[in-house]
Amino acid sequence: MTTTHRHPTAKTYWLVALFLAVVTALEVSVPYIAGIGSLSAPLLIIAGIVKFAVVVAVFMHLKYDSPSLRFYFLIGVFGAIIVFAVVLAAFRAL
Amino acid sequence: MALEQQAVLTDEGGHDLDRTRKTAMWVFLGSESFFFAAMISTFLLYRNTTNDGPGAEIFNIPFTSATTFVLLMSSLTMVLADNAVERKDNRQARVWLIGTALLGVTFLAGQIFEFTEFVDHGLTVSVSPFGSSFYMLTGFHGLHVAGGVLLLSGLVAFSFRRPLHREGGLNTGIIALYWHFVDIVWIVIFTVVYLLQVS
Repeated sequence: MTTTHRHPTAKTYWLVALFLAVVTALEVSVPYIAGIGSLSAPLLIIAGIVKFAVVVAVFMHLKYDSPSLRFYFLIGVFGAIIVFAVVLAAFRAL
Repeated sequence: MALEQQAVLTDEGGHDLDRTRKTAMWVFLGSESFFFAAMISTFLLYRNTTNDGPGAEIFNIPFTSATTFVLLMSSLTMVLADNAVERKDNRQARVWLIGTALLGVTFLAGQIFEFTEFVDHGLTVSVSPFGSSFYMLTGFHGLHVAGGVLLLSGLVAFSFRRPLHREGGLNTGIIALYWHFVDIVWIVIFTVVYLLQVS
């Protein structure tokens, strides 16, 4: 059975968009910050994951919709990560 | 009594159909994740195979950041359109849908401009595996955006004939899911293909 909860208000969407804009601005500045060195890649990856998760949870309503929909999408995401890892490992690029 | 029973059955049938359509969209998006994962990993395999041609150093990060911002904001206008449909405000939903389509077109125009600049710098599809995998990945994403713009245009045209909140606004909801997916794929591409290559 599908359990659908109430979706957020327009104000929440604006706040989330502001958050995404700020994270993107921080992301863009990372490659130009001197002395950040080897930290830049993990920082960029974390920022990307945060943006991805926020869009999926709030804008795509996955946080509020049925858990079964979450399951279908997570299969795709984890499958994609496996494809990614297998291809790179097969060509010794990891 | 029989009519009431039939109405309930029809409603449940419609509810099941809605649920099936939404589930189908999520399954489709999950399968699309595999498609883009294969192309992103191909790009990563060939990111250093430039055949003495141009590589990631020609990326214009400030410009691509601006187009990324445009696509992110299109997700906002899309979700506001969806919100307006939920509130049964057909007129406002149409305004947000048109805004989303225009932001999508702006992103595409930026991508075409970027490709033109890269070709001028010698980065063509055939110059190197780096070029081929880059254009294949970003080009396919661009095609998805173009498909989304067409769907949005269809929805806007449809809204003149019939309010979008009929049938629970499912058409808007499903197209919104597709549009947000295109946005999250770009979040990954922008991080992996652009920012990580120049950092």
